[in-house]
Amino acid sequence: MGIIATSRLKSPWIMHFDNSSCNGCDIEVLACLTPLYDVERFGIVNMGNPKHADVLVVTGPVNRRTARVLKNLYEQIPGPKMVIAVGTCGTSGGVFHNCYNVLGGVDKVIPVDVYVPGCAARPEAIIDGVVLALQKLAKLQGVAL
Amino acid sequence: MAPRTITPFGPQHPVLPEPIQLKLELEDERVVGVVPAIGYGHRGIEKACELNEYPKNIYLCERICGICSAIHGMTYCDVVEKLWPLEIPPRASYLRTIWAEMARTHSHLLWLGLLADAFGFESMFMQYWRIREKVLDILEITTGHRVTQSVSIVGGVRRDIDDDQKKHCIEVLKDVRKEAEALNNVLVNDYTVKARTVGKGVLSYDQAIALGLCGPHLRASGVKEDCRTQGYWAYGDLSYEPIVATGGDSFSRAAVRVGELYQAIDLQLEAFGKLPEGELAAKPKGNPPANEAVSRVEQPRGEVFYYAKGNGTRNLERLRVRTPTYANIPSLLVMLPGCELADVPIIVLSIDPCISCTER
Repeated sequence: MGIIATSRLKSPWIMHFDNSSCNGCDIEVLACLTPLYDVERFGIVNMGNPKHADVLVVTGPVNRRTARVLKNLYEQIPGPKMVIAVGTCGTSGGVFHNCYNVLGGVDKVIPVDVYVPGCAARPEAIIDGVVLALQKLAKLQGVAL
Repeated sequence: MAPRTITPFGPQHPVLPEPIQLKLELEDERVVGVVPAIGYGHRGIEKACELNEYPKNIYLCERICGICSAIHGMTYCDVVEKLWPLEIPPRASYLRTIWAEMARTHSHLLWLGLLADAFGFESMFMQYWRIREKVLDILEITTGHRVTQSVSIVGGVRRDIDDDQKKHCIEVLKDVRKEAEALNNVLVNDYTVKARTVGKGVLSYDQAIALGLCGPHLRASGVKEDCRTQGYWAYGDLSYEPIVATGGDSFSRAAVRVGELYQAIDLQLEAFGKLPEGELAAKPKGNPPANEAVSRVEQPRGEVFYYAKGNGTRNLERLRVRTPTYANIPSLLVMLPGCELADVPIIVLSIDPCISCTER
């Protein structure tokens, strides 16, 4: 369809937000950008600004303090947007399920499109998660990926 | 006097992947005051450690921090072993040392890359992380996972390193050293890098001691203090000498970490050479007795302190963790005022902040 819809799929800009994760998934998200995995060859660029982002990559369980920040960031991202919850604790709370400050997975606060399991999730799995999100986005927009 | 403005740095910020907020009080471009706000990463791990049975806490403690995860798990096992006290077999203590130094190698490569990124040297960041992948590969080969190794159990270690793996690790480590040398040469000698790091965030010897700092941050101010000199695990058998720099600025902190990177590789090679044969783990008898124990271990970021109190049941009565970044954050209040806004990321990064450790 339009050039915007196509470019969104060919060069999705992601924003990474760390809830209260252990860092394991965060460095794996960063590792995706570095030479061995190099997602930039697919046009995927890591952004610091939510208003520039198409895909929100969230790691770690939501806690009482980051819930508000996460919601705020999600609302700032222009639609159509995709949310990827990375790691076991991002999907369900995982090993932190019985910690008193943890609310649970990312889906307790914002709608999640793709869940990437793993503790810590491997870069291959994260890239796969982004591809799944793009397929969903393509379907949503009615364009071929 | 120029009007003062307060600029929030974080919690979501491109320089640091982790949530920490610094409220910077600015006079034009100059920082005059700073108020750190932490607590975004708090999960309540210490309390959860009282709810879980003691062998399960290893997995929780390893997820205090994903970068030094192996050492967190080992320190937890170490402190619980001290409750009995339980002696671990020599091969297990050597293997712990090897994995701890492997974790230090990857952590320092990670930090050097992030430092390069903080002053906009993107290609150097990529190069450091390319080398780091090799270290992660040998970690995966020997432990089964890239990031969260989970090799330590109470009484010893869970996995062995066989001769083929050992040979491969030694080859890779030598290769990593050679490649890191070429890159570090740029970091230590390049004019542009020096212009961004020399004299930024200076801490004197006395200030570093008064603030109670730890780790490479402390050693960069000329203080020869390192937990590994206690000789826990196999460090007593290995030739180990703390690496110290005297500048006290961001450049010295990078220089200390560069030195420690080589040292960590040398320690691994030495430990591989001396690796004794024998059992992997001693079996603990019954539950941890009603006793108290502390353990101090040197992490890539500094000293980590564990306190455990047992009560004779499967659960611990109390577990307390004090992590290195918690000790190092107060130094920001001394280093940041007076610097320019553009230097804030480098100075903040120079303490190697690990927020998930700090807040648990």
